[in-house]
Amino acid sequence: MEERIMLKGSVALAEGALTAGCRYYFGYPITPQNDIPEYLSLHMPERGGVFIQAESEVASINMLLGAAAAGARAMTSSSGPGISLMQEGLSYMAGSELPCVVVNITRSGPGLGGISPTQGDYKQATCGGGHGDYYLIVLAPSSVQEMYDLTIRGFELADKYRNPVMILGDAILGQMKEPVTLRDAKPVTYDKPWALTGPKGRKPQLVKSLYLKDGEMEVHNWKLAEKYRRLAEEDTMVEVDEDADADIAVVAYGSCARIVISAVEMAREEGIRVSRIRPITLYPFPSGEIRRVSEKVGRFLTVEMNTGQMVRDVRLSVAPGCDVRLLARPGGAIPTPQQILAEIRKALE
Amino acid sequence: MLYDVIMAGFGGQGVLLIGDLLAFAAMREGRQVTWMPAYGVEMRGGAANCTVIISDRKIGSPLSVEPAALIAMSQPGLVKFRERVRPGGLMVINTSLADPESVARNDVEVVGLPANEIATEELNDPKNANMVVLGAFITKSGAVSFEKTLDSLSAFLPPERQRLAEGIARALQRGKLFAQEGR
Repeated sequence: MEERIMLKGSVALAEGALTAGCRYYFGYPITPQNDIPEYLSLHMPERGGVFIQAESEVASINMLLGAAAAGARAMTSSSGPGISLMQEGLSYMAGSELPCVVVNITRSGPGLGGISPTQGDYKQATCGGGHGDYYLIVLAPSSVQEMYDLTIRGFELADKYRNPVMILGDAILGQMKEPVTLRDAKPVTYDKPWALTGPKGRKPQLVKSLYLKDGEMEVHNWKLAEKYRRLAEEDTMVEVDEDADADIAVVAYGSCARIVISAVEMAREEGIRVSRIRPITLYPFPSGEIRRVSEKVGRFLTVEMNTGQMVRDVRLSVAPGCDVRLLARPGGAIPTPQQILAEIRKALE
Repeated sequence: MLYDVIMAGFGGQGVLLIGDLLAFAAMREGRQVTWMPAYGVEMRGGAANCTVIISDRKIGSPLSVEPAALIAMSQPGLVKFRERVRPGGLMVINTSLADPESVARNDVEVVGLPANEIATEELNDPKNANMVVLGAFITKSGAVSFEKTLDSLSAFLPPERQRLAEGIARALQRGKLFAQEGR
């Protein structure tokens, strides 16, 4: 067995970034994600990287834009309100097709909200968040191991598609410790002939998101749309724990999906036939798998730590006539396995 | 098998640390384990607690509604969680700062030990009151092997803290003795 070490989620994520070859971090402090910059402020310089505590989140995201335009693997992390401040920069980066990783260890909101675990930023993360016709690639880890693995994958996907990637976590995932196996394999890297590295010996090139000539913005939008189509086809990730004779399927992501695992175990002990679906990419959303399962299972239960955001994507994905219910706990409240089990029983009455 | 325990006390008593050591020892036994600290408002209020879950298979929720055990290092910690321990469960209580009479349940096993007095007067090592309690808990619960926990100490402690290993081991041993002999 490979050696397991005990790491906090935030630290595993930061270590994943270093493993992926990220050597530039820019950020501004906010609870509950401060363990990430704390760890990187020590270890990024040790590995020859640059750590900058910026003067604001707006500065952070624009420093990230600069590093990405120069072809570097770069990251920032923040929480709810700070991520809102970064939306302009994210839109510019998506428009300029610049790869980066942005981590959101969420706070409940709106406004300054609270610091307890929440999934209230699903809508913002999966609908782009800023202005214009774009999407982020959104990854939702559910364990400390995935905080590490999906951060590495995030850097790879960002470069593959030249698009910002968001890692969407919460305080449970950030604060919890679990055994993690670090990997030896080198991360996948991509050539970046578009990067602004100085025009010596080649023609000058431009990275921009401004398209004023007649029709060229539409051409650019369709190019981005084609990219998102290919992303959905090649890199949608989902975990399905399927019972072939299930009467109900439960959908949840992130920390909430962990609680659903416990609830599904309890339901199965009672003889309830239940399948479990965990979207790992929230964008692209695993509509295909949800549709496939829904053609056999007439009832779905979506469990979320918000007032009901992902449930809309589930409803758009299922086969016609499938009954999609919602168990929602917003504002830092966490559903218990017992509560989820009760909801499963109710749905099957 | 799944074993879950909540540890609660004041900030500074080292409840997060004993949870961390328990989880680390369980990992070294090859088990699945989660360690989930309370943070934020609770931390700012001067109270601290964490949940450790040890299992032979993949762990779902890292939080526990009805844990098998409670370690209470303080009275507020005891009051906060005393109702939640499952019937048949275990409570290990630091009687220096919490009153076992206040448990007011007869469906759980209660082990009380004056950890602060033991650590201060017998061991001359007041900071290790938490380890005395952990030693008693591990012995009573069998959640992890006591010997494996001792063996894990040097790997658990960072290089600059290795000198603390001996004192921790002594405190764990004292807690074990108390659990076995009731004094």
